[in-house]
Amino acid sequence: MAGVQVANLSRSFGAHKALDDVSIDFADGGFYALLGPSGSGKTTLLRQIAGFDFPDSGRIAIGGESVERVPVEKRRIGMVFQNYALFPNMSVADNVAFGLSVRGEAKATIASEVQRALDLVQLGKLGARRPHQLSGGQRQRVALARAIVTKPRVLLLDEPLGALDKALRVDMQIELKRIQREIGITTIFVTHDQEEALTMSDRIGILRDGRLVQEGPPEEIYDKPKSEFAATFLGDANILRGETTGTGIRLADGTAIAAGAGATLAAGAKASCAVRPERIRIGTDSGTSDPNANMLRGQISKRIFAGNNSTYFVDRDGQTIKVIVQNTGVEKLAEGQKVVLRWSPESTVLIAASQDMD
Amino acid sequence: MATTRILEWCGRLYIWLLLAFLYLPIIIMALMSFNVSPFYQLPFEWTTEWYASLWLNDQLISATWNSIEIAIITTVISTVLGSAASLALYRHEFRGKKALQALLFPPIAIPWLITGTAMLIFFFGVGIGRGLFAILLGHVALALPYVIVVVSARLQTFAPELEEAARSLGANQWQVTSRVTLPWIMPGVIAGGLFAFAVSFDQFVVSYFLSTPGQTTLPVEIYAAIRKGFTPEINAVSTIIIVVSMALMLLTARSFKFGGEK
Repeated sequence: MAGVQVANLSRSFGAHKALDDVSIDFADGGFYALLGPSGSGKTTLLRQIAGFDFPDSGRIAIGGESVERVPVEKRRIGMVFQNYALFPNMSVADNVAFGLSVRGEAKATIASEVQRALDLVQLGKLGARRPHQLSGGQRQRVALARAIVTKPRVLLLDEPLGALDKALRVDMQIELKRIQREIGITTIFVTHDQEEALTMSDRIGILRDGRLVQEGPPEEIYDKPKSEFAATFLGDANILRGETTGTGIRLADGTAIAAGAGATLAAGAKASCAVRPERIRIGTDSGTSDPNANMLRGQISKRIFAGNNSTYFVDRDGQTIKVIVQNTGVEKLAEGQKVVLRWSPESTVLIAASQDMD
Repeated sequence: MATTRILEWCGRLYIWLLLAFLYLPIIIMALMSFNVSPFYQLPFEWTTEWYASLWLNDQLISATWNSIEIAIITTVISTVLGSAASLALYRHEFRGKKALQALLFPPIAIPWLITGTAMLIFFFGVGIGRGLFAILLGHVALALPYVIVVVSARLQTFAPELEEAARSLGANQWQVTSRVTLPWIMPGVIAGGLFAFAVSFDQFVVSYFLSTPGQTTLPVEIYAAIRKGFTPEINAVSTIIIVVSMALMLLTARSFKFGGEK
């Protein structure tokens, strides 16, 4: 087991900068998600760490050892591919045995290690099957067993749950997390599914256009996004734009919005505030309330009922603000109604006007 | 109901007609190899005389062995070279790859008569001349494009992640090829090999141009024999070859289940 350090990594394909000066420290034993839209460079980064492709510049170290020029077969990594890539001409057991067998391990050792790995992924009895006789979830488990049986230093997962249906995906998320904890392996997980990144990982790195936008624990990125992109890509966010006052912003119509978190900015610069839809309270009264709370008035343009919660779209000065309200059985607001929105400054994140928003 | 049965019956008739069209001449030839009359005269009288005299026809036998030898060597060389070339074309990007791939196809379309003439002139020019070695070279050159086309087609169905997965598990280039890639493309390699064998074993035109009077292959020898005067020994040797090659084909088809693999 070992940590992975990536420092100032860059890689271009022709004129396209797939990775642009990316540095991340993947802690030993951690579960790390690389999150980003397609074309963000997350898969390129994973393939660099695996060793399928070499960087133009920068360093990659696994367990303190520089590997950026070491080919994949010598890096001692385990990888699970998006489409599993099981060898169709081999049985399940032979698939899992492959890594040990090319290494020239003794037959008896291979047999017992393979059985242990198959037991770990709860497929102990299916060793004799062929990959095409398995379900999607089972193939996924075989691919995982095959990747970890060689005791790699790091486990790399390239959108491993993308091909599964939703219910199975949730099962596999729990299963994958359990196995990862059990063997304590450093795991780097590429996904474009923000929910998956939030629920599974210790840390998340958000990539965009080959650059690392933000990196940290899921709560931190969710509560304190540093850019409009991070705020809107990981979870939902309302973005209010204006001029900064140093502790908040002033909207075009003069309304002041106070922010309790985020960047420290010089007054007068362009800036925005991000507010999560579930942090906003919605009501009809304008009277008694916390005098420090941010307040906006608007009109409900649309309400979407989703059982345990409702989403309101509130129009205000040409902008639509999204509000999510838990269904407590009390609130009954109709479309067209004039409402007051309130939320605390602590739920408001000040973000510098960014270059990363188109 | 009635129309369905008629249609079904027509379908069956069609299959039988097709098979008759393919096999009737061969069956008649095989029967005549057991007939006493050398001039296809009926009534049919059973004999194995022609098979017996075949063993005394040294020229025909030596030509048969030449053909078999050349076909086997051609198959081995062109299958190995052709499969390796297909793998290289599949795996690597290099300058002139497109041109090389495009130039692999025309030899299949160029009439053998022209290829044969060209080879004869060329082999004389470089001092190889005529003979069995020249025939072998010619056959390998003719068979190679077929092998590359067939193996490359099979490689198109191969998922490149499989090689990556094998490498990530620590397999070196040789282990990746022998344990992952080759097993997958094997039906293509076998089919390519059969093509190569057929191209060589059936080859008349190029062999005719490149053979010397004493040393030749079976098709050329049969042609020469017919020109001198037909004997049922030709029927006999042809029958033996058909039986052996059909048996080989069926065996290969059974053990590799062409196209049936997942």
